[in-house]
Amino acid sequence: MSNPKYLLFPGCVIPYRLSSYEISARKVLAKLGVEIVEMPEYNCCGYPMDVINHDLMLTLAARNLCIAEKVGLPIMALCNGCFCSLNETNKILKEDKKLREKINGYLKEVGMEFKGTTEVKHLVYVLSEDVGFEKIKNSVIRPLAGVRVAQHSGCHVLRPRKYVGRDDPENPTTLKELVRLTGAECLDYMDESACCGNPIIGVNEDVPFQMAKEKLEHVRAVGAQALITVCPFCHIMFDLNQPRIERAFNEKFNLPVLHYPQLLGLAMGFSPDELALNELRVKPTELLNLIKF
Amino acid sequence: MSETRSEAREYAPPVIKAEELDPKFKYKISKMPGAEKIMACFQCGTCTADCPIARFSEFYRPRRIARMVQLGLKDRLLSDKALWLCSACFTCVDHCPQDVEIAGIVRVLRNMAVAEKNVLPLVYKELATNLMKSGFVYEIPETRLQKRVEQGLPPLPKPNVSQVVKIFEVTGSARLLEKVQTVAKVESR
Ligand code: SF4
Ligand code: SF4
Ligand code: SF4
Repeated sequence: MSNPKYLLFPGCVIPYRLSSYEISARKVLAKLGVEIVEMPEYNCCGYPMDVINHDLMLTLAARNLCIAEKVGLPIMALCNGCFCSLNETNKILKEDKKLREKINGYLKEVGMEFKGTTEVKHLVYVLSEDVGFEKIKNSVIRPLAGVRVAQHSGCHVLRPRKYVGRDDPENPTTLKELVRLTGAECLDYMDESACCGNPIIGVNEDVPFQMAKEKLEHVRAVGAQALITVCPFCHIMFDLNQPRIERAFNEKFNLPVLHYPQLLGLAMGFSPDELALNELRVKPTELLNLIKF
Repeated sequence: MSETRSEAREYAPPVIKAEELDPKFKYKISKMPGAEKIMACFQCGTCTADCPIARFSEFYRPRRIARMVQLGLKDRLLSDKALWLCSACFTCVDHCPQDVEIAGIVRVLRNMAVAEKNVLPLVYKELATNLMKSGFVYEIPETRLQKRVEQGLPPLPKPNVSQVVKIFEVTGSARLLEKVQTVAKVESR
């Protein structure tokens, strides 16, 4: 079987402030033989514009899809939000002929046409479906025995079920499986599918902070040494904002939050520096002490 | 969290005057993509029970939004700032026994509030402005772009800004953004 090949869609927020996710993702993908092609002239996936005008979101997303169609490769998204808008737009426009005609009317103005010949996948599903658990397991040379973590998949890699249709949103197992392949233990905790709250943080901080605090409490309650995410927005909510949450509620969590490819990368033998672990806000010092380098 | 629940202010139902009701509103909403099933809502309350925002906000209630649409309380809905509290997590979409897709209805209402009431939370105006300027919703500083390369990442592909601007224009979004009044923050209690 030939190696999987994808156009990488880094989105906006990863190049803006979370290079650590992209660096670690590229490292592990290369090692697993996934070929990455840079996506020419891509723009924001459109997700944040859906609140203003649905057609705007669809057209911005569809423009990216048209680029992928022209290159002739599927898209891999690292961000749950990007995956959501690109995947949903792709599916809706493939199904709904009337809407497709409308959006193609807009796209014509930029010399493009949506044909419906590409696919969109999130990193998690590229790993679980294209690379496969077996191959990932075989790539682990430094099993993270004794490491106990919890995962937060995030809503948009699971919901809405009718457009994602892969893992079970009520009891997601894909990321858990992926975590376990590293040799680490993946702990169950309360309300695993609960949202992090980040999407409305620009409008209201109160509710997202309470949501994130509750999640951190649930994760802490089962004794996890780290939380594993696969979305830059979830990561920002739990890592970058953790000190602010701690101050707001006068509580101490000190819970490192790792991008999944950072965890896998450690098990694959990469050094913490190669995986940009030093860029995390909450330093994973104790976690790294558990791993034998 | 039972605490927040029990402390929740009793919701005093407002007196609704007949002339406030727009009987055609629900039909209009049900023609919008993602909001087609609004008439099927039978007020079971599953959406509110499972909504993470309702859990921590004293007045954001998705079931109530569904009922208000059915009643045709258009003006109240479109000027209700609670509209901006939905995090689009899609829990209500996956859990509704009637396939109502509250998240889609909220999105339709937000789009209408922007177009008809000219309101928009400031953050979205800022993101849109950045997007029209740079192709991304955050303006990525030159130093960041250089750091990427120093860290061994390939240069970030250059976006086609003029095409992005064109999309804002042809979808009517640029015009919408020009006339919106922004609101800075939305209270949740
Ligand atoms: S958990 Fe938060 S950031 Fe993550 S996908 Fe859900 S809404 Fe987005
Ligand atoms: S879950 Fe569905 S049917 Fe029940 S109240 Fe909410 S929208 Fe209506
Ligand atoms: S999509 Fe919005 S209304 Fe529905 S459960 Fe999530 S936050 Fe609540």
